[in-house]
Amino acid sequence: MLPKQEVVAMLLAGGQGSRLGVLTKYLAKPAVPYGGKYRIIDFPLSNCVNSGIETVGVLTQYQPLVLNEYIGSGQPWDLDSINAGVRVLPPYQRGRKSDWYKGTANAIYQNIPYIERYNPEYVVVLSGDHIYKMDYSKMVAYHKEKEADCTIAVIEVPLEEASRFGILNTHEDASIYQFDEKPKVPKSNQASMGIYVFTWSKLRKYLEADEANPKSSNDFGKDVLPAMLNAGERMFAYRFEGYWKDVGTIDSLWESNMDLLNPKIPLDLSEENWKIYSRNPVMPPHYVAGGATVQNSLVAEGCNVYGEIDFAVLFAGVYIAPGAVVKDSIIMPGSRVEENAIVQYAIVSENAVIGKGAVVGARPEDIENKDEWGVAVVGDGCVIAPGTTVPPKAMIDAETLAEEAEK
Amino acid sequence: MRGNNVLGLIFSNVHEERVRELTEKRTMGSVPFGGRYRLIDFPLSNMVNSGINKVGVITKSNYQSLMDHLGSGKAWDLSRKREGLFILPPFSGECSMSNSRIESLSSIGTFLSNSREEFVIVSDSDVVCNIEFTDVMSSHLKHNADITVIYRSGKLPEKICDPTVYTIDPDNRVRDMLINPRADGECNYGLSMLLMKRETLMKIVADCVSRNLYNFKRDFLQRNISNYRIFAYEFKGFTQTICSMNSYFEANMSLMLPKVRAELFNADRPIFTKVRDDMPARYGLGSIVTNSLIADGCVIDGTVENCVLFRGVRVGKGTKLENCVVMQDSVIGPNCRLNYVVMDKDVVIKNDRSLLGFQSYPVFISKGSVV
Repeated sequence: MLPKQEVVAMLLAGGQGSRLGVLTKYLAKPAVPYGGKYRIIDFPLSNCVNSGIETVGVLTQYQPLVLNEYIGSGQPWDLDSINAGVRVLPPYQRGRKSDWYKGTANAIYQNIPYIERYNPEYVVVLSGDHIYKMDYSKMVAYHKEKEADCTIAVIEVPLEEASRFGILNTHEDASIYQFDEKPKVPKSNQASMGIYVFTWSKLRKYLEADEANPKSSNDFGKDVLPAMLNAGERMFAYRFEGYWKDVGTIDSLWESNMDLLNPKIPLDLSEENWKIYSRNPVMPPHYVAGGATVQNSLVAEGCNVYGEIDFAVLFAGVYIAPGAVVKDSIIMPGSRVEENAIVQYAIVSENAVIGKGAVVGARPEDIENKDEWGVAVVGDGCVIAPGTTVPPKAMIDAETLAEEAEK
Repeated sequence: MRGNNVLGLIFSNVHEERVRELTEKRTMGSVPFGGRYRLIDFPLSNMVNSGINKVGVITKSNYQSLMDHLGSGKAWDLSRKREGLFILPPFSGECSMSNSRIESLSSIGTFLSNSREEFVIVSDSDVVCNIEFTDVMSSHLKHNADITVIYRSGKLPEKICDPTVYTIDPDNRVRDMLINPRADGECNYGLSMLLMKRETLMKIVADCVSRNLYNFKRDFLQRNISNYRIFAYEFKGFTQTICSMNSYFEANMSLMLPKVRAELFNADRPIFTKVRDDMPARYGLGSIVTNSLIADGCVIDGTVENCVLFRGVRVGKGTKLENCVVMQDSVIGPNCRLNYVVMDKDVVIKNDRSLLGFQSYPVFISKGSVV
């Protein structure tokens, strides 16, 4: 028996993130690079450590290689403790009944033995596709104070946008009386953030019941939480204030990166007492050459900037050639933008090359039909030939490029 | 491949009197360099990249910042069960605080005799370079040498401390060695790195101690030129010896050259250092930056020209920095003008200040000062 841990966090990192298209072709969504040096999973992992939670299970299923390698021993987040720490939990074979993770609830259910080893009082369930800084220990304290069985973090969203979210309707004491998944006519503006605190003994009971129900889709939002509510368990909403963004789509990922360049947006990654940890590249400081123009940008180590960048997020080791222009774009690790190429409103994935004079993406004001405009995406390892054009909203991946070249 | 039967030894306190300002509160090895490094990162990474598994860092005084920097050695992959990083502070009683390498080596006798490696590389920590020690090893074995010294061919760097100049045979054997000679033209000067058998090192140290000889260069090397087979290995890559405030400044500035960066920060032989988990550097509206090296965590709203900014430096709006080296977490307020200034860590420059040095004499502002 391992020493008891009061709180165990379970991080759901198995989703494919199909809405991110080519960005998640070879990696799971939580491993998608963000903010110049991070990957999305750095946020929940760092939040855990900063909140004093040192037992974290990461549930992986889809394209786990990059994610596994990235988490490694957990050392960059101080999660390599002797008895606790981070564990990657893939689905595994056992006896007769083994299967992939069928849903979020099933993923936790299959790992009941992992959780039980720590004999926890509470289990925090997190997802790996949100950018935010949050002290989970305050939420756990709130959960205890309310003597709740389940606490769900909520954030206020503008009422006109509320129909895009899972909305929680609560009484005055914050107890939940209704879940409204993407309601047409929202009754409140409290959106669920996908962060749950459960009293473990209760959750375990419901997970087992859910598993026994053949009709269930084994999902927290669709099955387990409604079941708990119907049974009259004590469920409360915990209000979070601050920056929170779901980065599950190309547009929201792009926006959230751009938010880092906006001084008015309250997401400060330089806060000394709430650092976001990551696996750091071993590279020298970045170099900005004579003749380069750098404004409103985030530039990571190992970059070489000779051209012009404005509202750009450059990850480690990016090269911007003389005469190249990068505006309102994200360039991921190791990519090169060659001479006189223009990249606007685009996401360029890792190790891609934008050839000389190529044009990627376009400014919305230059496009007449707004429906045709969108963020252009260049996938992992793509080589965009010199002088070619990648239209806005396009999504290019290396294999299709190679096939086209053969024709 | 890890593990090549070579032990690394680094002297962290060397020639500190040459850059008194920088080493007032630290060792030479922990002098910040190049935006995110400390000088010891170079010999340490060179050793690790050459497959050395066990490194002893010999300290004498002021080594708090060094210990803080090295920690468990994790950043260099030297935190391990077998071998790894060993910090070797002086033994009180045995050691008078004189600056003698022989004394230091003698006081780590147990460490040396308990090590299993056949060979040992001894290095100072005031030379910035990226060198592959496996090549030195091949040359050492090829010549069946007792000692191999690493040298560079060229003009002696100015103000270099007690340079050693070698006379070398066509077959690379060292015939003569002069210490601090008057040498104007090209010469072969030592880079304070030696390779020899561990047994040889222990034997020569014991010999020196028994004769009360404590000068490393004169007694360890010069005296033994005829007794041992001493060979020289020429290193042709970029080197910069930190031997004065000027050379420190120039070494930082030389990093603006793409060729120097490519050589020093070779991706196959990366220079490791302690990580700080800063966010990437953030440039504000109206920032103008040219020909500068900028580390993570910087926030720049002003103008920066020909500067090296270390991690977490802040440059205010309307400020103009030219030819400056600004160390970790220093803050420069709005509307300042600084030219040829070297700022140590945690310096605060308040609004509207002007500080002008000159290329041959950069102004130095010590750690934690408020201007």
